[in-house]
Amino acid sequence: MSADTIHKNPTADGRELIRFDKVTKRFGDHVVLDQLEFDVSAGKHVTLIGPSGSGKTTILRLLMTLLKPDEGTISVDGDYLTHQEKGDRLVPAGEKHVREVRKKIGMVFQQFNLFPNMKVLRNVTEAPIHVLGMGKEEAEQRARELLEMVGLTEHLDKYPSQLSGGQQQRVAIARALAMRPQVLLLDEVTSALDPELVAGVLDVLRDIAHTTDITMLCVTHEMNFARDISDEVLMFNEGKVIESGPPEKIFNDPDHERTREFLGAIL
Amino acid sequence: MTWALWESYMLPGVWITVQVTVYSAALAAAVAFVVGVARTSRLWIVRFLSGAYFEIFRGASALVFMFWLFFALPLALGWQLVPMWAGVLALGLTYGAYGSEVVRGALAAVSPAQREAGIALSFTRWQRLRRIELPQAWPEMVPPFNNLAIELLKGTALVSVISVADMTFAANLIRFTTNDSAPIYTLLLLMYFVLAFAITRGMRLVERKAKAGIGQAPPPRRGLFAGLSRRTSATDPVTGAATPGGAR
Amino acid sequence: MNWNWEVVSDFMPRFWDGVLLTLQALVLGSLLAFTLGLVWAIAQRSARAWIRVPVTAVTEFVRNTPLLVQLFFLFYVVPEWGPSMSPLATGVIGLGLHYSTYTAEVYRAGIDGVPRGQWEAATALSLPPTRTWGAVILPQAIRRVVPVLGNYVIAMLKDSPLIAIIGALEMLGEARAYGAETFRFLEPITVVGIAFIVIAYPASLLIRALERRLVR
Repeated sequence: MSADTIHKNPTADGRELIRFDKVTKRFGDHVVLDQLEFDVSAGKHVTLIGPSGSGKTTILRLLMTLLKPDEGTISVDGDYLTHQEKGDRLVPAGEKHVREVRKKIGMVFQQFNLFPNMKVLRNVTEAPIHVLGMGKEEAEQRARELLEMVGLTEHLDKYPSQLSGGQQQRVAIARALAMRPQVLLLDEVTSALDPELVAGVLDVLRDIAHTTDITMLCVTHEMNFARDISDEVLMFNEGKVIESGPPEKIFNDPDHERTREFLGAIL
Repeated sequence: MTWALWESYMLPGVWITVQVTVYSAALAAAVAFVVGVARTSRLWIVRFLSGAYFEIFRGASALVFMFWLFFALPLALGWQLVPMWAGVLALGLTYGAYGSEVVRGALAAVSPAQREAGIALSFTRWQRLRRIELPQAWPEMVPPFNNLAIELLKGTALVSVISVADMTFAANLIRFTTNDSAPIYTLLLLMYFVLAFAITRGMRLVERKAKAGIGQAPPPRRGLFAGLSRRTSATDPVTGAATPGGAR
Repeated sequence: MNWNWEVVSDFMPRFWDGVLLTLQALVLGSLLAFTLGLVWAIAQRSARAWIRVPVTAVTEFVRNTPLLVQLFFLFYVVPEWGPSMSPLATGVIGLGLHYSTYTAEVYRAGIDGVPRGQWEAATALSLPPTRTWGAVILPQAIRRVVPVLGNYVIAMLKDSPLIAIIGALEMLGEARAYGAETFRFLEPITVVGIAFIVIAYPASLLIRALERRLVR
């Protein structure tokens, strides 16, 4: 597999690629994210852990603009995601601006969400052709490379419904990477899979993490995977980051009582 | 009934019925997609207008509307629609309203996760609709569209009332001439049945193709007459739209 | 536009006559459709092929052919064999028969929706077929399909102008007759058209409310 097939970040020099600035998100009276601040540097692999309902998935959905923050701003590579600067004020951004910024982000979903009406190859080429304006041949060439990388060369002509869950998820990874995102969001990518299919997907992701400099933001319950690929682990509780650090530190010697409890319950 | 009457009235009548059916179905399909998609719009005014269109034409009687176009509208406008086009307009707009419910329902049944995946890949709203949502909704639309097409075929008999010379009009003429009502109307009913059967067979081919196009197997057939009408419990009688559990 | 309110008020007495006849046809037609439909639905489930097959064939045929032609058949052909009927009676029979083939499907779905265990329980208790149907299956099946049946009443309302064509002067027939006498078509037909929407819209709201209450 070659690292060239994936976005080569020319300035993986530790600049902030994602920044959450005092982001608050409420659902009714329930505050899911409370003045949240954190950032992710380019090229880093960051894993979010914490009990369910602690707001991890909300973060990914905010980045995907499937949700809008109630307060605060999110920036991606120096651009505001859902806001635009107008003079010295911030105003909600138009659809076009949002789409431009979002192109830097790719996402892999828990339930794969492949398009059932398209064969595997077209699932991967559709967005590059129609969103990035890539030529058909180039898009297919790249899609073939990516699908080879995830080990699905024989399945180009099948519909998603003819593949196993693990194979579908690997197509979904290829589909996200085909957009050459700077950041890859991974939302519980193995939790909908049968146990025997998990390893194949994790191997692919581990490969990508070790051989490319794409930035990753994962939500996962696979602690071994988190330990293996992460540069940094953020522990969430009740809408706040209560502890962060390299995986060895968080998993072996956490500072916070709540983190110990959480890890004790799931390991 | 003699061959001469058959040849000079009934055969052209069959052709007129087929034409009215095809033109009205084309108009209805266009209306169904435009109004059905508009009813899922983010803009409330678009939703309101398209919803109002649906409610009005759902409540209106196709025959009354046809009469209105034929008798009343010319008095208001000062010019007269060709009878056949008055019929096509009335049928197309009415059945288009029912069809819009089919389109809306099928779009609503596409999993929200598909919309999210489309957003995640930065497709525009229009691209999502055209490349992801409509192609997935289409196979769901075919069976209710089949029901509507048969309702529409039956509805074309109404144009005989505004003096369009379709099969029913021809049958009435022949009855006037020969007074032989039993064989004429029996034959007429059989001819409509045959046309309905042809529509259903055609739509089954379309359905099979549509399902294969998204990697699904065609549904199994059941029973002797199952091919003709696929109306089931979960089908809204007025619109033919799928309404799971009967509720909406 | 040459709308004339005097024409409207002149037409109104005949309009109300038409409404009355429309409602008569609708009520009687619905009763016939609901009853016959139930008969077809039960017959279609019969274990005896000589009942099941012809009933299925006839209902399919009636459902897939135009009501208007069926009305012509009833009005012109049937009197050749038996007693002639008034236009209203013909209209009621035509509407009721045509829509019974739709309500049969509705009942069938309702019956299919009754859990298998109910049939088994009835068998286990050795209930006779009449009790099984009358006390166990139908009460459960019909409750669920009442809103759908209601939708067919609205559909029937919209088809009721067809009986004007065989001479029963319901709303549209009155409007057409009035127009033929006075050469004023715009006002009466517009009034009738609006009347249909005014009747049908609240009725469909009512049925949606019923749906929410009964189906769950």
